[in-house]
Amino acid sequence: MLRYFASRTFQAVIVLFIISLIGFALVANLGDPLAALLSPDATEAQRAELAASLNLNASFAERFLSFFGGLWRGDFGISYRTHEPVAHLIWDRLPATIELAFASLILTLVIGIPAGVHCGVHPKSMLSRAIMFSSIIGVTLPTFVAGILLILVFAVKLAWLPSFGRGGVVDLGFWKTGLLTASGWRALILPAITLSLFQVTFIIRMIRTQLLEVGQTEYIRFARARGLTESRVWYLHALKNTLLPVVTIIGLQLGNIIAFSVVTESVFAWPGVGLLFLQSIQSADIPVISIYLILIGAIFIIINLIVELTYPVIDPRVLRSR
Amino acid sequence: MSIATETLSHRNRAIQGLEWLWQSVRTAPGPSLAGLIALSLVLFAFVVPLVISSSPFDPANADLLNSLNPPFWSEGGSMVFPLGTDDQGRDLLTALAFGLRTSLIVGILSVIIGLVIGVSLGLISGFAGGAVDTIIMRAADVQLAYPALLLAMIIDGAMRQALGTSRDTNTAIAIVVVSIGISFWVQYARTIRASVLVEREQDYVAAARVTGRSRLAIIALHILPNIMAPVLVIATINLAIAIITEATLSFLGIGIPLTQPSLGTLIRNGNNFLQSGEWWIVAWPCAVLMLFVFSVNVFGDHLRDVFNPRLRTRR
Repeated sequence: MLRYFASRTFQAVIVLFIISLIGFALVANLGDPLAALLSPDATEAQRAELAASLNLNASFAERFLSFFGGLWRGDFGISYRTHEPVAHLIWDRLPATIELAFASLILTLVIGIPAGVHCGVHPKSMLSRAIMFSSIIGVTLPTFVAGILLILVFAVKLAWLPSFGRGGVVDLGFWKTGLLTASGWRALILPAITLSLFQVTFIIRMIRTQLLEVGQTEYIRFARARGLTESRVWYLHALKNTLLPVVTIIGLQLGNIIAFSVVTESVFAWPGVGLLFLQSIQSADIPVISIYLILIGAIFIIINLIVELTYPVIDPRVLRSR
Repeated sequence: MSIATETLSHRNRAIQGLEWLWQSVRTAPGPSLAGLIALSLVLFAFVVPLVISSSPFDPANADLLNSLNPPFWSEGGSMVFPLGTDDQGRDLLTALAFGLRTSLIVGILSVIIGLVIGVSLGLISGFAGGAVDTIIMRAADVQLAYPALLLAMIIDGAMRQALGTSRDTNTAIAIVVVSIGISFWVQYARTIRASVLVEREQDYVAAARVTGRSRLAIIALHILPNIMAPVLVIATINLAIAIITEATLSFLGIGIPLTQPSLGTLIRNGNNFLQSGEWWIVAWPCAVLMLFVFSVNVFGDHLRDVFNPRLRTRR
């Protein structure tokens, strides 16, 4: 057990280190920080001063070490586009993205799990067929098209909900939240639905396939032969064994939601980290792109690690097989 | 084998193929229809530009007198522009064909890039084993930390900086193709590696080795044909994802430039007229995108079910 935890954690640390190295290689090789941060008529002395403060004359290894150390201290470098510290830019936008991500994760779970279980247990019922058919549409509908359609119907035609921005925001000092005002909640609805649409369909199909496969195994047939009631067979025996892949997927979903928030935030002009990332790509703002790469990587790896560490709790066979 | 029996077996195979086709149309009319729709859209995209050779996006073809015409059934519409025109007076039906063509070319090329990289690395990983295998599979793990769309965006951003900001259209398209292609290789590599590990222990591989075939020949001629089926299923579904990714990148303004029609740029342009009531400019490219992706997904799902024996005997 301890060996399993240790080896998983060690692997995660290695991957994190490699991602930081790739992120630094981007900053070190692409773009010219002196040209980006100084005005074109800067003097030689100013250039030399900036080069010294950014450590540009040191070797690659030395620069990487100071970059890596900076990551731990929260020193993420300076944006080429706004000339502000990257950490400050990201921290400023983070609450908007996190509130959006959690709203859509909750929507995903509340709708996806019951619908998926129903489709797996009663694959031939009319409701299941309807859910499966609309789930194909959900997979087909690209995130940005879904956003455009929702805006067209609910913002332009019906004028019920706002089509852009975050509504009223209350500053708690360390966190700017939109959840304390009515306009903030109204502004959250359309982006959260857009962001969860794909995830919901994904999770429905996942749970359904798992249940269908488990339903054909010997022990389910045996449980039926023992005369157990259908609901007991499904909800106690079958569902328990579909949990492992489903927990993995839910963990990875959160990462996907963060990734797709780039698109949703762009469609709804939601002032989050995703929109910042998009603006950085458009203007080739390498320091922000590289930090985003490292942060997203870190979030994914940590979620993955937590998911893997919970495996043995859900299914002890994971440990026995190695 | 004599020549006569060989031709006979060829004819038998052709008849068997036709029978198989008829059988699949009969047992799975939905997926067959979906395949037909996808095929028709591909034909539409490649034939119309052959007939109308000059692109509606050529500035010389701007027709401002006919700008913002609605579709033919609305007031002010005409059969000259059956689906209406955009702000530059471009006929949307023609623009759709040119746009879909760009999207298809980008999608197909990026699937091929991902497939070639992934299959090669998967084969190398499965056969070499040891340190090479570990490095390739760890690289795959690192890459799996990122969703394909995000990775495509990051590669796109890095390549934009590396190649400079003043780029021509072809470079921009190449950046999109490579970004999407690279973001796809892991799936192929893992599938191929897993199959190689199983297949290389099979008797027919040992038999081929005994006959003196070289390693490369065994891999390319004996093993590869046996493990390509799941890869082709992944490729079908990836084509749909690639086309969505292209449209998303172009819609976000980091893909194909607005001067070149693609489904993404058409939607980006049409989105500007969403609030002012000219809904058709954004609706048509959205509809074509969804119809194509939907058909490919239905068809791909069917293929996956056919190739997944665990699901073949459903209750």
